Amino acid sequence: MRILEVEHYAKQFNIHHLGRKIEAFDDLTFSLKQGQFLLVSGTNGSGKSTLLRCLYRTYLPTGGRALYHSLHGLIDLARAADIDIALLRQEEIGFVTQFLRPRPRVSAIELVAEPLLATGMALNEAEGEAGELLESFGLKPELWKAYPTTFSGGEQQKVNLARALIHPRRLLLLDEPTASLDAQTRAALVGRLAWLKEQDVAMIGVFHHPGDVRELVDTELALGNKTGVAGYPKVEEVYVVE
Amino acid sequence: MPAISNPDQLVLDEPQLISRQPLLLARGMVKHYGAVTAVAGVDVTVYPGEVLGIVGESGSGKSSLLRLLNLEEEPDEGEYYLNIPGYASANLLKVDRFHRRELRINHIGIVYQYPHLGLRMRYTSSGNVAERLIMAGERTFSVMRQAASELLSASEFPLERMDDLPCHLSGGMQQRVQLAKAMALKPQLLLLDEPTSGLDVSVQALVLDTLKRLQRLTHVTIIIVSHDLGVIRTLADRVMVMRRGHVIETGLSDQVLEDPQEAYTQQLVHAKL
Ligand SMILES: Nc1ncnc2c1ncn2[C@@H]1O[C@H](COP(=O)(O)OP(=O)(O)OP(=O)(O)O)[C@@H](O)[C@H]1O
Ligand SMILES: Nc1ncnc2c1ncn2[C@@H]1O[C@H](COP(=O)(O)OP(=O)(O)O)[C@@H](O)[C@H]1O
Ligand SMILES: [Mg+2]
Ligand SMILES: [Mg+2]
Repeated sequence: MRILEVEHYAKQFNIHHLGRKIEAFDDLTFSLKQGQFLLVSGTNGSGKSTLLRCLYRTYLPTGGRALYHSLHGLIDLARAADIDIALLRQEEIGFVTQFLRPRPRVSAIELVAEPLLATGMALNEAEGEAGELLESFGLKPELWKAYPTTFSGGEQQKVNLARALIHPRRLLLLDEPTASLDAQTRAALVGRLAWLKEQDVAMIGVFHHPGDVRELVDTELALGNKTGVAGYPKVEEVYVVE
Repeated sequence: MPAISNPDQLVLDEPQLISRQPLLLARGMVKHYGAVTAVAGVDVTVYPGEVLGIVGESGSGKSSLLRLLNLEEEPDEGEYYLNIPGYASANLLKVDRFHRRELRINHIGIVYQYPHLGLRMRYTSSGNVAERLIMAGERTFSVMRQAASELLSASEFPLERMDDLPCHLSGGMQQRVQLAKAMALKPQLLLLDEPTSGLDVSVQALVLDTLKRLQRLTHVTIIIVSHDLGVIRTLADRVMVMRRGHVIETGLSDQVLEDPQEAYTQQLVHAKL
């Protein structure tokens, strides 16, 4: 079943003090089914992160639409009311970045269990699942009750991934989640993504080492600069792998 | 004065997915002080359990708006509804003084920037909290004392100081007393006017952390005014940007901070980075 239909999506940033518009991408059209994995590729600055952020609505897209088939009904992510987007972020759409936003006096396990608690799960059960996932990402159990503010970059990233992936979403947006991870953790992450895919989670991801997720990719969206027009990215091709 | 408008700004759809009704709905709020228009036609919508941030330079009308929402002052124009049993379809600006007082005691809590606005400096800290319980009809001393100490400890106030006068406490402790007092009767709506602005940065972080915990535990609906974008990022789900009495931009907090649309908001955000 279709979960997302993006049509003529466009984003430009209007920088008032420069009196200038920066084009991030223009006229993107693609669609995604449940359980499908779309790999977004392109050079630095081609608009990969901007596309993901426009779908999550951290950025406001400036053109086109993104019809999302929510469990609550069909909705255009480009124009949906903020409160509807907030609801979707809580229940259906997840974003995984490279960076954890640790909070003072909130332990690793609390951070990871939080999304489950928000769904009404009991504390014991939520912390149990949180521990299992942290373990699979290789975070030492003696760190679970500690505050991630002092963790190493890689340790923070393990907490971040566990938090972002613990509660199954229907659509996951992944922006280079493997950066700063060791090989073992990367493998654990790919394992988790494969499991989520089996649960019919649709994913759109940017990967620094696309080889890591080769097995999971169904389609690819290549963003790129059109020859001759510097700073004016266009979609080059959308093709289906196999 | 016309609203500052951006002709390119995308107009969003009405809510479609959410099934809950807003807790708070204010429309066309206007407040003049003599020749000054402090609030110039402001609409506010807040859903249950949401945290709405209000930012803007000083003098933009944030505190004035909050006083209107606290039913503390009367606007010159506007309509104001809270989805609370018994009041759901009443324009609160039209209710009589008795009901207005009842609303302010039982359903709305407020924390002011300056503790002297929110606390009685001649009552002890626990006395300040207990006063709210007395207003709600509690008469038994031991019950009040127990409740006050639970509320103070939920605000992470050091209980060994509960019999001190607020003027002998640090700024952070005074704000915790205000918070305990505001939450005493489990209000549906908590209004916070620059609750951490007068505090040292390190104390600020602790008070913010307390607010965040309290919100997570009680799911109380919050409107927080702050000129500190870091505070807004930490606490608020959505933000309203005010300038000269108008709301010039609203959006999800991360969106307003990372992709501000208006020239003024871009300045505000970039000045803080
Ligand atoms: N918040 C923003 N404000 C203004 N311009 C932005 C903003 N975010 C991104 N851009 C611009 O949009 C374009 C696309 O950036 P984006 O971050 O999406 O690229 P990317 O493909 O993710 O690059 P990388 O491979 O380096 O991560 C760039 O020109 C960038 O400078
Ligand atoms: N009680 C009052 N009497 C007269 N003028 C007032 C009063 N309260 C606020 N104002 C004026 O209304 C405008 C908005 O003030 P305020 O709401 O305090 O702004 P903010 O909280 O955003 O800094 C300012 O010009 C201020 O001087
Ligand atoms: Mg990027
Ligand atoms: Mg003020």
